[in-house]
Amino acid sequence: MAERYNIHSQLEHLQSKYIGTGHADTTKWEWASNIHRDTYASYLGHFDLLNYIAIAENETKAKVRFNLLKKMIQPCGPPPQKLEEN
Amino acid sequence: MSAKHDAIEAQSKVIKQNRRNESAEERGTRFGEQILDTDVYQQNTKEGYLSYLPTNNDDDDGDDDYSSSITNMKLKNYGPSQEILQNIPNIDRNFDPLEERRKGRVADRENEYQRQNRGKTPDPQAKGRGYVDIMGEVAVRNAKIDIRNQLAEKAKSGDLRSSSTSTAAALISAKAAAVAASNEATTSDKRRRRWDQTASQDESDPKAKKAAYEEATTPAHARWEETPGRSLGSETPGAYQQSRIQWDATPGHVTPGATSETPGGSRTPGAETPGRPSAKKSNRWDETPRTERETPHTSGWAETPKTDRGVNLDEDYLIKSTPTPSTDKRRSRWDETPANASATPSGTPSSFTPIAKEIGVHATPTMVSGFTPGMTPNLMTPVGTKAMGLATPTPGQLVMTPEQMQAYRWEREIDERNRPLADEELDMMFPPGYKVLQPPAGYIPLRTPARKLTATPTPMSVLSGFRLQASERGQGAQSNQLQEYQPKGNLPLLKPDDLQYFDKLLQEIDEEQLSPEEQKERKIMKLLLKIKNGTPPMRKAALRQITDKAREFGAGPLFNQILPLLMSPTLEDQERHLLVKVIDRILYKLDDLVRPYVHKILVVIEPLLIDEDYYARVEGREIISNLAKAAGLATMISTMRPDIDNLDEYVRNTTARAFAVVASALGIPALLPFLKAVCKSKKSWQARHTGIKIVQQIAILMGCAILPHLKSLVEIIEHGLEDEQQKVRTITALAIAALAEAATPYGIESFDTVLKPLWKGIKQHRGKGLAAFLKAIGYLIPLMDAEYANYYTREVMLILIREFQSPDEEMKKIVLKVVKQCCATDGVEAQYIKDDILPSFFKHFWNQRMALDRRNYRQLVDTTVEIANKVGSSEIINRIVDDLKDESEQYRKMVMETIEKIMTNLGSHDIHSRLEEQLIDGILYAFQEQTTEDSVMLNGFGAVVNTLGKRCKAYLPQICGTILWRLNNKAAKVRQQAADLISKIANVMKLCTEEKLMGQLGLVLYEYLGEEYPEVLGSILGALKGIVNVIGMTNMTPPIKDLLPRLTPILKNRHEKVQENCIDLVGRIAELGAEHVAAREWMRICFELLELLKAHKKAIRRAAVNTFGYIAKAIGPHDVLATLLNNLKVQERQLRVCTTVAIAIVAETCSPFTVLPGLMNEYRVPELNVQNGVLKALSFMFEYIGEMGKDYIYAVTPLLEDALMDRDLVHRQTAMSAIGHMSLGVYGFGCEDALAHLLNYVWPNIFETSPHVIQAFIAACEGLRVGLGPGKVLYYTLQGLFHPARKVRDVYWKVYNTLYIGAQDSLVAAYPRIVDDIRNSELDGMINGGVLPHKTEKSEEYRNTYTRYELDYVL
Repeated sequence: MAERYNIHSQLEHLQSKYIGTGHADTTKWEWASNIHRDTYASYLGHFDLLNYIAIAENETKAKVRFNLLKKMIQPCGPPPQKLEEN
Repeated sequence: MSAKHDAIEAQSKVIKQNRRNESAEERGTRFGEQILDTDVYQQNTKEGYLSYLPTNNDDDDGDDDYSSSITNMKLKNYGPSQEILQNIPNIDRNFDPLEERRKGRVADRENEYQRQNRGKTPDPQAKGRGYVDIMGEVAVRNAKIDIRNQLAEKAKSGDLRSSSTSTAAALISAKAAAVAASNEATTSDKRRRRWDQTASQDESDPKAKKAAYEEATTPAHARWEETPGRSLGSETPGAYQQSRIQWDATPGHVTPGATSETPGGSRTPGAETPGRPSAKKSNRWDETPRTERETPHTSGWAETPKTDRGVNLDEDYLIKSTPTPSTDKRRSRWDETPANASATPSGTPSSFTPIAKEIGVHATPTMVSGFTPGMTPNLMTPVGTKAMGLATPTPGQLVMTPEQMQAYRWEREIDERNRPLADEELDMMFPPGYKVLQPPAGYIPLRTPARKLTATPTPMSVLSGFRLQASERGQGAQSNQLQEYQPKGNLPLLKPDDLQYFDKLLQEIDEEQLSPEEQKERKIMKLLLKIKNGTPPMRKAALRQITDKAREFGAGPLFNQILPLLMSPTLEDQERHLLVKVIDRILYKLDDLVRPYVHKILVVIEPLLIDEDYYARVEGREIISNLAKAAGLATMISTMRPDIDNLDEYVRNTTARAFAVVASALGIPALLPFLKAVCKSKKSWQARHTGIKIVQQIAILMGCAILPHLKSLVEIIEHGLEDEQQKVRTITALAIAALAEAATPYGIESFDTVLKPLWKGIKQHRGKGLAAFLKAIGYLIPLMDAEYANYYTREVMLILIREFQSPDEEMKKIVLKVVKQCCATDGVEAQYIKDDILPSFFKHFWNQRMALDRRNYRQLVDTTVEIANKVGSSEIINRIVDDLKDESEQYRKMVMETIEKIMTNLGSHDIHSRLEEQLIDGILYAFQEQTTEDSVMLNGFGAVVNTLGKRCKAYLPQICGTILWRLNNKAAKVRQQAADLISKIANVMKLCTEEKLMGQLGLVLYEYLGEEYPEVLGSILGALKGIVNVIGMTNMTPPIKDLLPRLTPILKNRHEKVQENCIDLVGRIAELGAEHVAAREWMRICFELLELLKAHKKAIRRAAVNTFGYIAKAIGPHDVLATLLNNLKVQERQLRVCTTVAIAIVAETCSPFTVLPGLMNEYRVPELNVQNGVLKALSFMFEYIGEMGKDYIYAVTPLLEDALMDRDLVHRQTAMSAIGHMSLGVYGFGCEDALAHLLNYVWPNIFETSPHVIQAFIAACEGLRVGLGPGKVLYYTLQGLFHPARKVRDVYWKVYNTLYIGAQDSLVAAYPRIVDDIRNSELDGMINGGVLPHKTEKSEEYRNTYTRYELDYVL
C-alpha cells in the first residue's frame, strides 16, 4: 500500500516517458537500437569525435554526419520477427 | 462650526446611551414561562419579578422589592453575573460549532440568482430538438408571456375573475386539442389533462413501470421548490403578482413538451416541476380568485387541519386545495394508490417512515403509482396519516426538505441511543450482588409536564418510545430495516437522498431476465452509485469502466441518469465534482454521439460557470469546451442560439458565458460571423445584449489572446454604444472596458472608432450608463500615448470631478478606479492633478464614510497612493496628516495605511520638518488611541519611523516614552504591540545612536520577562532579540551573563511563539557572545534544547539544532556530543532523528575529526537504536561536510561494511544513504577504490522489497554513479537486464533506467560490444557479403547488425 504513494512508483512512470529507457520486456533489438542511436548522437554531438571519425573514414565531416544520421533510422536493421511459435 | 459639532456630539451620545440601555435590557437574563413549572409553583408568583436583571444603577431603586422576598433574592443570583455577560462578546445562539466540518453542498451555497436554475432539469427522455422546433417553441413562449402579462394587467384591473373562471370551465369541457397555444389558460389545462393521461396509462400499461420510474427521477426538484415555508409565502394574495412572475420565469426549458403533442413522450416531469405547478397552479388558476381572498395567507397545507373530516385526510387535502371541476379526477387517482394510503395498519413503524411517507404519500401527486414498483412495498406502510388517525399533520408528515429529514433522523437516532435502560439491561450490566432498592416512602418523582411534552415532540417518537420495551427485537428490526434500504451486492451505502435515483438497485432482480436495455440501465446505475458514494478505489474502477464502455452504453442511457443526478438539490461539492468528471471522460469517448444531448448538458453545466467556487467554474469551462470540440461549432450554435434572446436574464447570462468558452475552444475567428449577426440583430435588443456580452466574456476569459482579433471584436460591438436600449449601451461600454483591459498595453488603434462615441456618451448619460462608460474610458486611457492620454484625461476629468459627489456607491468605486488609471498614465502632469483634481478629490472622498465600506476603503487607499506617486508624498500627506487625529478610528486607520504605503513607496525626502512633526505627532496619537487590535497602526508606525531614519532622533525619547508606558498597560494586546514596535524600530534607534535609550528599553524588557501571556512574552523576546542584534553582545544591557540564565527556564515554555523567539535569541547569543556565559550554563541550555527537538514547528527544531552547533563551537564538542550521544538511546523517533542532525551539525562546525572517534565508538553499543542513530548521523554528516568527506572515507569504510552486512534492514538502509551522500561528496578526489569496494556491499540489496530500502539503494546507486562513474555501475546492471526471471529483469531495468537518465552520454563509452545474432551470422554466412539477404524458410528477416563498427576506430 505504501508502495503506491512513494516517489519510486512515480519515478518509474516518469522515466518510462523517455526514449531509451527500458523495462523487463525490452528486447535485445530495442535495447541495441537505442544504444546505437545514443552512440551516433554522441559522435555527432562531440566535435572531436566527429573529426576523428571523419579522418578515420577519410570522408568529409558533413558526409560522416549525414551517414551517421541516416544510420539512426534503423541502426540494427528491421525489428526481428517474433520467432514463430514453433 | 464647532458649536454645531458639539451639538452633534451630544446628540450622538444620547442616542448611544439609549441604545446601550436597550441592549443591556436585551441581554439581561430573561425568565421564560417554560422554566416555571406551574404544577409545583403558582403561576402568579412571578408577577412580582422583573423580567430581566437590572443592568445599570438607574434601576437600583427597585432594591426594596428584592429584599422583601427570599425567593426573589435567589432568583436574582441565577445565571451568569452581569459582568460576565458583558464580557462575553456577542454570543450568537445560532452559532454552530461544527459548521466547518459539515460537507459543503452545492445547493446551500447558491444565492437567489444562481438558484434560478433549480427545477430546470432538462428532460432526459426528450429527443434532441432541431433548430426549427426550438425557434417555434420560443415564438410560442414569447407569445405566452405576452398573454400572461396581459392577464396580469387584467387581474390588476379586476377583469380576471370572470374571464379566468369562464375560460377554465370552457377549456376543461373542451379537452380535445390545444388550438390556442398562446393562451395561458389553455396550457394550464393541457397540463392537467396530460397528467390524467399519464396516470391512466400507468394503470393500464403493465410496461409503464419504466416510464413511471423516469417520472420518478425528478420529484425531488419539485419538492425542493416546494418547501412549506416558501409556498406559504408565495401564495398569499399579496404575493400574487410576484409569484406569478416567478412562475413565468421557470419554463425556460419547459415548453418542449407543451408544444409537442405526444402526451407521455417527450415531456419531463423535472422540467415541468410537477409538484410546484400542481400546487401553485391550483391556487392560481383553478381556484377562483374569490377563494383566495377568503383564505388569505394559507397554503394548501395550512388549509387541511381546519377540516373536520379527519380520517380521510388525503382526499380532504385535495378537495380543499383544488376546488375545481377537475377535482374528481384527482381524487380518483389518489384513491388508486391504495398501497400507500391504506394498507396494513399493523406493520412495524420504522425509523425510515418519514422517507417512506415523503416519497410514498406526498410525492405521489407527481407520479402516483409510479413509485410503487420501485420501492419495496413495506416502505409504503401504515404510518401515514390515516393509520395514525391524526388530524394535525406532524412534522414527519409534512413534506420535509432533505435537511429536515436528516435532522429528524439524527434526532431519532439520538433518542434511541439515549433511551432509559430497562431493568433487564441493567441486570446484564451489573455483576451479581446488586439489588433494587425501594424508593423512600415520601419520594415523588419530579414530573415536569412541559419538559415531557417537548421531549416527545411528535407522535412518531411516541412510537419509538413504545418500542423500547421490546428493546432487543426493536433493535434487530431496526438494523434489519437499515439493511433493507441498502442495495445488495458490493455497492456503497445509499443516502436517503439517493433513494429516488437509485431505488431500482434495491430490488432484487435476476438480471438475466431483464431486457438488454434494462440491464444496461442497471449497470450504469450501479457504476454511478459507486462513483458517487464509493470508496476511492471503487470509484476509480467504476470511472474507468464507465469511460471504457461509454460508446457501448450510448449517450442516451448515460445522460438520462447523470443529468438528473447533477441537478439534485442535495448534491455535495465532491459529488458534483465526480459527476462532472464522469461527463468529461465520457465526452471524449462519445464524441459526435453526444450531439442530441448538447442542450441538456448545457442546461446542467452552464450554472457551473457562475458558481462562486473557482474550481467549479474551471470544471464547467472544461466540459463546455470539450463539448464544443465533440459536437462541433454548428451544433453548438444551433443549440444555444434560441437562448440568446431568452427573456430570462439568467439564461442569457449563462449562455453568454458558455459561448465565450466555445469561442476559446474553437477559436474566435470561427465564431466571429455569428457574433456579428447577433450583435446587429434587429429583432430583439436581448439578442444584441447577449451578443455583446459574449464579446465581453471572451475578453475576460481569454485575456491577451484576443489581440489578433481585437479590431474585429471592437467593430462588432461598436454600434452598441449608440443603441436605443440603455442596457445594450451599458453592456457595450463594459465589453469595451473588458477588451481594453485584456489588450493592455497594446491595441489602442483598434479602439479609434469607439473613442468618439465614448466621450460623447459621458456627456449624455447619467447613472449606471455613465458608470459603464467611465469604466471603459478608464481602461482605454492607459493604452494611449502620453499626449492623447493627457488630452482625454482632461476631457473626462470634468465629468469625473462632477461625479465625485455622486452618492452612488458603485459610481464612487468606478470614479476612484478611473482617477487611478488616469493618474497612472504618463501624459498626465503633476501640476494638473494638483490644481484640478486634488481639491475636490479630498473634499469628496476623504471622509469618514468612505472608511466604513471595505471596498471603498481599499479603492481609495490605492487611488491616493497612485496620485501620490505622481504628485509627491508631501502634497498628499500634508492634506491627510491631521486626520490621524480624527475621531473615527476606522478613518484614522485608512489615513495611516495610506501614509504607510506612500512612505514606503516614496521615502521621506519630500517631507519637510514641520510635516515631520505633524506626522509623528499624529501617528503617536493614532497609535495610542487605537482600540481594535490589528497590525495596521503597528505596521504604519514601523514604516514611517524606518523611512524617516535618522530624522527620528528628536522624537525617539517621546516614542520610547509611549512604548514604556504601554508596556505597562493592563491590556495584554497593548503590551504585545508595544514590544512588537520595539523590534520594528530597533534598527532606527541604532541609526540615531540612541544606545542609551536602547539599553533602557532592554532593561525594562528584561524585567518583563516574567510576563504570563505567552503571546506577549513572545513579542518581548522578539524585542530583546531586535535590540541584541543591533546593539551587539558586549554593549547589551542587561549584560548577557544575566540575560541568558533568565532565558533558560523560558525555553521550557510550550507556546510556539515563545519557543521560537526564545531559541532564536539564545541561538544568537550562542553564536555571537557565547564567551559571556559560563560553560555550565550552556550545558544546562543543551539539555533544554533536547526538549525543543520535540517541537512541532520545523523552524523551532532547526533553530535548536543550529544552536547545538554554536554551543559546541563555544564550549568544545566533547560535552555536547556526550549529551547528544546519550540522547540516541531514547525511544522517540523524532528526538533521535533530531539528535542525529545535531550531531552532524556539531561535526560540521567543529570539524569531523573531533566527533568521528566518539561517534564510531558509540557504534559498538549493542543496541539497535544507537547503531542506527550513529549511521544516520554519519549520513547527515557526509551530507553536510560535502567534499571534506574525502579525508574520512577510509576511516568509516569498515564501519559501513559492517553495517551493510548486518541482518537488520534499517542498518543497511541507513548505511546505503550514508554511502550515497559520501560518494557525491568525494567525486573527483580519487576515492574510487573505497567506493568500488562499498558498491560490492551495496549491490546485493538490489532485491530488497521495502520501499525505504529501495529508495536508499537507488540513492546509493545514484551517488556511486557520480562518484565512481556510470560505466562501473553499468557493468553491474548488465548481468541482469536479460535475466530469465522477470523479477530480476524488473529491478535491474529500473537501476539501468536511473543510470541512463542520469548519464546518457557518458554511458556511450561504456556500452558493451554486442555481436550480431548467431542465427543472423549463419544467415550472414549463407549470403556471402554484398548479396542481399533473401528469404529463407525459417525466417524472413533481414539480418540485424548489432556491432557498432566505429568502436574499432577508438579501441
